[in-house]
Amino acid sequence: MNAQIRQLYGLFALLFAVLVGFTSYWAVVDAEGLEDNPDNRRALIEEQTIPRGLIYARDGRTVLARNVSRRRGDTTIFTRRYPTGGTFAHPVGYSFIENGRRSLELSRNDALVGEEDEFESILSGLENRDTEGQDVVTNLDVAGTQAAVAGLAGRKGSVVAIEPQTGKVRVMVSIPEYDPNQIPSGFRAINTNPDKPLLNRSTQELYPPGSTFKVVTAAAALDSGKVSPESIIDGSSPKTISGVPLENSGGQSFGAISFTDALTNSVNTVFAQVGEEIGRETLVEYMRRFGFYADPELDYPGFQMIPSGIINGDGDYVDDGFDVGRVAIGQGGLEGEIRSSPMQMALVAAAIANDGRLMRPRLTDSVVRKDGRVSERIRPDLQSQVMKPQTAEQLAAMMSRVVEEGTGTAAALSDVQVAGKTGTAEVGEFREFTQPWFICFAPVEDPQLAVAVTLERQPAGSQGGTVAAPIASSVLQAVLGG
Amino acid sequence: MSARTRELFGLLPVSLLVAAGFAAVLATRTEDVSDATLTYGAVFLGLCVMAHLFIRARLPEADPYLFPLGALLAAVGLVLIYRIDTELAREQAQWFVVGLIFFCATILAVRDHHVLERYRYLIAAASIALLVLPRLPGIGEQVNGAFLAIKLGPIQFQPAEFAKLGIIIFLASYLRETGDILVRPRLRPLPGTSQLLLYGLPAGLTLLAILALDLGPAGSVLLIVFVASMVAVLRERPSPKHFGPLLLVWGLAMLMLIVIRDLGSSLMFFGGFLALLYVATGRLSLVGVGATLFFGGAFFLARNVGHVQDRFDIWLDPFERGVVNDEGYQVAQSLFAQADGGLFGRGFGEALIEFGGTPIIPAAHTDLIYAVLVNEAGLFGAAGVIGAYLLLSFRGFKTAMLANDGFSKLLATGLTAVLALQVFVIVGGVTRVIPLTGVTLPFVSYGGSSIVANMVLLALLLIVSDHARAEGIRRGGLV
Repeated sequence: MNAQIRQLYGLFALLFAVLVGFTSYWAVVDAEGLEDNPDNRRALIEEQTIPRGLIYARDGRTVLARNVSRRRGDTTIFTRRYPTGGTFAHPVGYSFIENGRRSLELSRNDALVGEEDEFESILSGLENRDTEGQDVVTNLDVAGTQAAVAGLAGRKGSVVAIEPQTGKVRVMVSIPEYDPNQIPSGFRAINTNPDKPLLNRSTQELYPPGSTFKVVTAAAALDSGKVSPESIIDGSSPKTISGVPLENSGGQSFGAISFTDALTNSVNTVFAQVGEEIGRETLVEYMRRFGFYADPELDYPGFQMIPSGIINGDGDYVDDGFDVGRVAIGQGGLEGEIRSSPMQMALVAAAIANDGRLMRPRLTDSVVRKDGRVSERIRPDLQSQVMKPQTAEQLAAMMSRVVEEGTGTAAALSDVQVAGKTGTAEVGEFREFTQPWFICFAPVEDPQLAVAVTLERQPAGSQGGTVAAPIASSVLQAVLGG
Repeated sequence: MSARTRELFGLLPVSLLVAAGFAAVLATRTEDVSDATLTYGAVFLGLCVMAHLFIRARLPEADPYLFPLGALLAAVGLVLIYRIDTELAREQAQWFVVGLIFFCATILAVRDHHVLERYRYLIAAASIALLVLPRLPGIGEQVNGAFLAIKLGPIQFQPAEFAKLGIIIFLASYLRETGDILVRPRLRPLPGTSQLLLYGLPAGLTLLAILALDLGPAGSVLLIVFVASMVAVLRERPSPKHFGPLLLVWGLAMLMLIVIRDLGSSLMFFGGFLALLYVATGRLSLVGVGATLFFGGAFFLARNVGHVQDRFDIWLDPFERGVVNDEGYQVAQSLFAQADGGLFGRGFGEALIEFGGTPIIPAAHTDLIYAVLVNEAGLFGAAGVIGAYLLLSFRGFKTAMLANDGFSKLLATGLTAVLALQVFVIVGGVTRVIPLTGVTLPFVSYGGSSIVANMVLLALLLIVSDHARAEGIRRGGLV
């Protein structure tokens, strides 16, 4: 009998091994698959029970996102509230169990829910700390944001302001905004609204940049040594570019004119010739250095950003075969038309302001634990050296002239010197609308802020210098004055 | 070191585990480790030491590891239940004390387990009556479609837990007597023509049946194994009249499927029976016949009894749309909880059991307690508990091997096998090895009947062990 008993024991050992094997399969091997199962609500429920970190404006006091708690059975669950309503909706976003997350709430989710790495979680286990979200302090400026919202005054458009030396994003406003507090009850209505309030026009929409793009052309031309600020170029109008006559704004003919004066007066024919002179390859090379053709390197969800660049009639990005003369002045044709997001144009201004050094843009300043310890501080980070410092200096001087005596005088401030560039693209089927732009930075001698402003589909006659420049001016004043 | 001293030392880590486990749960609850945890550990140790002193007095030579292993598993159960519901843990602790009383009472009442043989038919009849009780109107209770519990006033009670002991005692006794004569080898080989008939006819018929009846792969395999086992039995000299009671046992198992509608308990009983049949006769062919008859019957019933069919479908795909949040909820949530546990678990007291009144691990303290264990102690913790069961069954089978007479061997084997099978049935159900059914995890799950019945089982094993080892020492052999 003992032999049979031994065999029986062997059978049970085998059966128990099968149990351990199956347990391993569910607990370890297939754990990820089970965790991703849409019917597995464990993670979702647990996240509700963790108080998310707060989100603060740059001042560290203004709360942009906080929690309200309520009891459900034995557990306390937390939901988000956004005390500033729609004002900071686009940079901050929302986080709700039923609707998911957007913007910083998504890109900084790990910090906000207090996700810890293996080592930290062992430590917090020893200290018997509950999992707790960490606070996120943003670079967002309350006064600047309010000035931008007031300036746009309900008109569709965007204002982006960046600190050139650090890449800190001080303002990122997109109108129309949405009230994140309404997301749980009204997501469908918000999402189907024809004005697309969920679309962040600062990073997710591309517009023809018009003449503001001339500073990119100028940077490429000056830095590659093809022209200098004093170079004299024929500014008569019209001029044949790529076989088609091109006119200056209002058909004005300037004759022989210096490169600086050409920027001051936004002379199309001069910049089209300069564009043809430097060629497609060099222009695209400088565009890439400015960050075109890629998502902005912003701490923001990828699906909420889109690369700027030259786009053909099929909607594809192209880096060759386009009409370089017309792209150089911020236009183009079927073979390729320049399109830019407001964020990208703000980065152009910031790079020029920072001696040609483009810093990675950052919405977040730091991540702070509940006990006040800073767990992560985001350091300034060089993205690329776009041009030589001397080039940037020359370009800055040229752009100062635009504000002093050219198309951008509306942006002038009484006590600080502003450098800028206007732009007015004609849009619509019959060119019945305009896309006014203004990019600038100030103070010129020690730039503290670079701003890009644009408005969508404005009535014909609305100029960048008259519509967009005053908004930039008030944002500069709000941020620099404060 | 004497067996009893080893037992005493074995209890020390158990008490440490209780204290540490309660400390961990309390720490996550109240953020400070109170003296209460030490009290729990001390009380548990005190109870175990009392039981130990009792064993020392009455069964001085019994196996030293059986009791500490049982206590260890009970300790794990107490900590897990405490974590799920402190009130339930208090009740479970009371049941543990009641279980210890039954444990001691069994040892006092059954001084020699051979007396049980005298009452075997009475015990068998009582066990069958117990099994049928839950179907009686008025006291029967249906849980999850199965009839496993009866309710007498405030006391709920699972008779199957006790019936398993009775059935094993009966089978051990009956097979001790008939094991050798059920099947006897032929003295002379069969004549050639008979041999041809014996092998050829069934083979031909089987082939015909498979072709004509369209049985499918599972059915075909069952039929082939059945016929081959049958042929192997008939090659020898079976004794038909002694098969009567065994066929009755098979019939009972089938009836149980219909009556109590629980595949798990039925599998547990019948598996225990087959284990004993094998050990008693040494004939795999008999196991083959029995197993195919059981699975054939179960298969047929699964097709025709709605409740069994449902369990089967859930087992095949618990994540199916329309099932996952309904009938399949238990199995699906069990697997989700295990995935959440991972290698090391989330720590005692950290499992998400319910949310806002909705259970996230349903029946966490009974059927799915293993899922809670994996969630909190991880794969390693769960493997440790399975290891404890493996050690327990090792000591049980070791006891059977040391025993000198057939009844003792079969009794120890049967008790151990039915315990191990119960572990396999419930853990297998929770980990989707087999369809989930509502049996308890011995010593760990919440439930008075379960803990009392398993303490009695442990007592019986210790009695057998004491006799066997005392005999061994008398003969001067090493044990």
